[in-house]
Amino acid sequence: MAVRALVLTGFGINCDAETQVAFSRAGATAERAHLNDLIDAPDRLRDYHILAIPGGFSFGDDVASGKILANRLRYKLGAALKQFVADGKLAIGICNGFQVMVKMGLLPAIGGLFRQEVTLTHNESGRFEDRWVYLQPNPQSPCVWTRNLRTFELPVRHGEGRFLAQDDTLLRALQDGGHVALRYCTRAGLPAKGAYPANPNASVDDIAGICDASGRIFGLMPHPEAYTERAHHPRATREPLPAEGAGLQLFRNAVEYARDAFN
Amino acid sequence: MPHRIEVAMKPGFPDASGAGVRKQLAEDLGIAVDAVRVIDVYTVNATVTPEELDRVRAELFTDPVIQRSVTDATLADDFSYLIEVGFRPGVTDNVGKSAAEGIADTLGRSLAPGEAVYKSTQYLLSGAIDAKTCEHIARDLLANELIQRWVVKSADEMTKLQGQSLLGLPVVTERSSAEVHQVNLGVSDDALTALSRSMTLALELREMKAIQAYYATPDVQARRKKLGLPIQPTDIEIEILAQTWSEHCKHKIFDARVHYTDETGKTRVIDSLFKTYVRRVTEEVGRHINWLVSVFHDNAGIIKFDDQWNIAVKAETHNSPSALDPYGGAITGIVGVNRDIAGAGLGCKCIFNTDVFCFASPFHDAAIPSRLLHPRRVLRGVHQGVKDGGNQSGIPDVNGAIVFHERFLGKPLVFCGTGGLIPATIGGKPSHVKAARPGDLIVMTGGRIGKDGIHGATFSSEELHEGSPATAVQIGDAITQKKMTDFLLEARDLELYTCITDNGAGGLSSSVGEMAKDPGGAEVHLDKAPLKYAGLAPWEIFLSEAQERMTLAVAPDRLQAFLDLARRRAVEATVIGSFTNSGRLECYYEGKRIASLDMEFLHDGVPRMDLNAVWTPPVLGPETIPAYADLEAELKAVLGSLNVCSKESFVRMYDHEVLAQSVLKQFQGADHDGPGDAAVIRPVHDSQRGVAVACGICPKYSDLDTYWMMACAVDEAVRNLVCVGAQPGRIAGLDNFCWPDPVQSDKTPDGEYKLAQLVRCGEALYDACTYYGIPLISGKDRMKNDYKIGDTKISIPPTVLFTAVAVLDDVNQVVSMDVKNPGDIVYVLGKTSHEMGGSEYLGLRGQLGASVPKVDFASALRLYRALATAMEHGLVASCHDCSDGGLAVALAESAFAGGYGMSLDLSGIGVDNPVVALFSESQSRFVVSVPAASAAAFERALIGSVVVRLGEVIPEPMLKIVGQSGVLLDAPLAELKEAWQKPLRW
Repeated sequence: MAVRALVLTGFGINCDAETQVAFSRAGATAERAHLNDLIDAPDRLRDYHILAIPGGFSFGDDVASGKILANRLRYKLGAALKQFVADGKLAIGICNGFQVMVKMGLLPAIGGLFRQEVTLTHNESGRFEDRWVYLQPNPQSPCVWTRNLRTFELPVRHGEGRFLAQDDTLLRALQDGGHVALRYCTRAGLPAKGAYPANPNASVDDIAGICDASGRIFGLMPHPEAYTERAHHPRATREPLPAEGAGLQLFRNAVEYARDAFN
Repeated sequence: MPHRIEVAMKPGFPDASGAGVRKQLAEDLGIAVDAVRVIDVYTVNATVTPEELDRVRAELFTDPVIQRSVTDATLADDFSYLIEVGFRPGVTDNVGKSAAEGIADTLGRSLAPGEAVYKSTQYLLSGAIDAKTCEHIARDLLANELIQRWVVKSADEMTKLQGQSLLGLPVVTERSSAEVHQVNLGVSDDALTALSRSMTLALELREMKAIQAYYATPDVQARRKKLGLPIQPTDIEIEILAQTWSEHCKHKIFDARVHYTDETGKTRVIDSLFKTYVRRVTEEVGRHINWLVSVFHDNAGIIKFDDQWNIAVKAETHNSPSALDPYGGAITGIVGVNRDIAGAGLGCKCIFNTDVFCFASPFHDAAIPSRLLHPRRVLRGVHQGVKDGGNQSGIPDVNGAIVFHERFLGKPLVFCGTGGLIPATIGGKPSHVKAARPGDLIVMTGGRIGKDGIHGATFSSEELHEGSPATAVQIGDAITQKKMTDFLLEARDLELYTCITDNGAGGLSSSVGEMAKDPGGAEVHLDKAPLKYAGLAPWEIFLSEAQERMTLAVAPDRLQAFLDLARRRAVEATVIGSFTNSGRLECYYEGKRIASLDMEFLHDGVPRMDLNAVWTPPVLGPETIPAYADLEAELKAVLGSLNVCSKESFVRMYDHEVLAQSVLKQFQGADHDGPGDAAVIRPVHDSQRGVAVACGICPKYSDLDTYWMMACAVDEAVRNLVCVGAQPGRIAGLDNFCWPDPVQSDKTPDGEYKLAQLVRCGEALYDACTYYGIPLISGKDRMKNDYKIGDTKISIPPTVLFTAVAVLDDVNQVVSMDVKNPGDIVYVLGKTSHEMGGSEYLGLRGQLGASVPKVDFASALRLYRALATAMEHGLVASCHDCSDGGLAVALAESAFAGGYGMSLDLSGIGVDNPVVALFSESQSRFVVSVPAASAAAFERALIGSVVVRLGEVIPEPMLKIVGQSGVLLDAPLAELKEAWQKPLRW
């Protein structure tokens, strides 16, 4: 069965092309769709197993990163998205897409959909940075996307990636419920403990990515689509690295899950 | 009635913006405050119910997790002073614009015409400060008075105001009359000159007289009568001519007849510097290569990438606007050159940006002349502008440089480059061929027209003076442009238009005027053009340089499909006229003809200049190489000099990996912090071919001899490419000249010398590029980079940015600059000579020196070919360019980037003085490391070139160097790296 992935474009989304390539390399049939075309025909979502909200600067990060796109999705595609989640389908938000997901309340959705419970705000450094980080998947998380991964590297490229929860109760609910799918860590795979630059933005509990209770809806600040092959890696000229980049595994996990689930 | 929504962080959550301002206050202004907090203010000037207002406050403007907010009240408490900063009327307010879209989503209806949202920011300062200090903080850190306004209030004053608005609405109320005026040219020469200055036409008397003569021609007068136009020119006609004939657009100095006298007194005529030194290179080199696609006549040069794809490259400058408003000038610079690529051929996808800046020292501590900004502020603003423009557009910034010289105080140089990718054919036709046809409609897409940027083309053709117009400053809106360029790529592939170009300098006047050349005329109805606000005179509409706009030619039978797609992509597109074959550019306003200019006179009527150039070699001071005491300390000083030190803090803030095509990044090595020589990207995801991009720029040699300045810049760019594996013969070049005024006059008494410097520079460009086989595919010259107010005149050092690109066959073979393994053999390739003139080493001692580095093109080319071939055979572990700072710097950088030391003996390079051996800046050299097992093969491959085996890579993290006189250096890598990283670790 062909797994179909839809990659959102428009209004300043700018990692759509490489996200489409990543899904294709992972075995999906991936298409890009402009947000306006989707709003004109929300039923189109039913044709897909996976939805990706890629990275970028939707609406220039104006007001707050991801906020305006989050509202537009919620107001104009809310019902279709709710159905998409209820149908057991998969979604990923990368960087700006992650910001969109938490701001529209698609993640972590502990108290139900479309209520913002956590946020991603300005890095403690106050600046946008492009740097590679080490990541540690949480084996206790039900996250579908981070299966079969050990400590791995990806680039982060953001100014507003500091993950914060509204209070300690919610943070504990995230931790206890396995919502924390991915954490920043040191080269040795040890917790970053908030220390820059291993934790590049001072996210609480070194959180780099979270999922919903099902593990199918996932968002992360680092860019898995930017490390799908060896040549992407900054030390490709000096270290023996596998031909395939670690980021590709995330896409493959989702495609394989969808293939099994919707067979 | 306007409503205010204020948003601040909840107590207990970090205020990163406030903390950043507090840090900059201390670093840049030396002002210590206890705390800074930030309140975002959105002024909603719209008719909304209280319920609606509260809904947008809660759902749009407030992050419920970390923020609190109020409507029509104040959140300011617990502070000493408050500064609120907002835009002046008419300045692009990107946040306000996006917020209006957000409100429309929340309320389910768009704002009415005239309704808008305006963003301003309150800074709450706590500590021992006073109102006067706050004024200083506002003026010199938080705001730029050309584009922003501010108020300062004490806590007591705020209490009395009880939440009232502090800044008035920034609504444009000034209205130009729609009336078209006549300009009386029947006046004296003095009056013509005065007219040129008062209208910011930047035309010389000869040019004014050429226009005068045109309007006095009986034929012209008869036709004007018939067309119902006055005998005297209309204001719009004069403005169109001045813009089209500006130095900025017409490159009159580069096209002049130059009467050049050399140092022996011999005189010859150079019939156009451009034709002699630039175009001739490409004509001659082009005969021997098969990968040139389109050069010189389009918005960018286009070369072949493979059989399916072409690559377009262009670099531009945005110096004058960046001097006045560094942020706005730089962001419009980067998004402007992006549009050049988006309008090259039938429209390319932008795939990389480059940026090179020239500033005075950010640590400059003398007085700043009137109207200039402190170089630190210029650096921060320019960097932020390029960062925002590139990042928000989703275009990776892959290569660049920051160059420092004291005379860039007078004008900073901001070079922005972009590369693009386009299928070789679209709809079965070559994608680089395009032409509007008579009958095609003129369609403007993207942003709207305002008063922003009026006279940009003519303003940048003058030196910066007291009356330089602030309207030349504007702010880029990357998202409006991103939406437009996404849409245009779709429209391109559906073949919905026949021709495209961008609106840059000169606005519609330039884009329509240029596109009208093919069909042979155009008719524009200026009242149809969408405006940001009412009250623009017709000539202002035509000349406005408001950003984010492209002009297209659309066939009538494709128009509906084009407009439909634009609507679905939320991009404004408007028909403003049509192309004709009338031989004239004609403008109408509300049905009335207001301009009719012969295309021929418009484009070819400008009189050519005759200029004199006299080369007198400069008298150079004695060059003394001081006796050395502590070479480790001297190496650390050179590593920490501004031109050498790490720029990583700035570069990290650029997204250099978006599009997922990055192969070699700016920073390389074990910890990703060693300085790369060239960027390599892999632009087509299913091909292993790559594009390498590098630059060369050497203004520090200009005062010695511009011939060698130019030769060194070309050589630097080429060897940067060779470092990563590029083959000479596949390299294309771009020349961007920035010169001080080279025309002899009262205000430029040394114009003949400066023009001779330009001639010598041109000769070197020709010599180097023809020798290396580099076609010049695009370039620009900017000639009036001077500052003159009162008695203060500052002219930049003559500068050329040479950008070089090369196609690589296999990105998996690229070589990075960091040493890889202990035991590898270290070599220096190329001859080290006593060439200390302009060196960083002497510069630190306040000496210019005299022995300028020279390039031996023949031996350099032999070396480059051999080295590139050795790399193809996989013999090279690392390769790094020797440039600013000399051999010692290149060795140290390769070592600390790789995390391994070196044990070296310099005796073999044949230079007695260790200072010269370590710090001379001889060109065409590399530091290379080679696995011991490959050393013999490597040396064989390099037979015929100067190859000096220096020693080997060692596990111990020390740079150990001995010379004929014994131990020269035994320095810990960590200390060398720290010396290199510390100065600009911001």
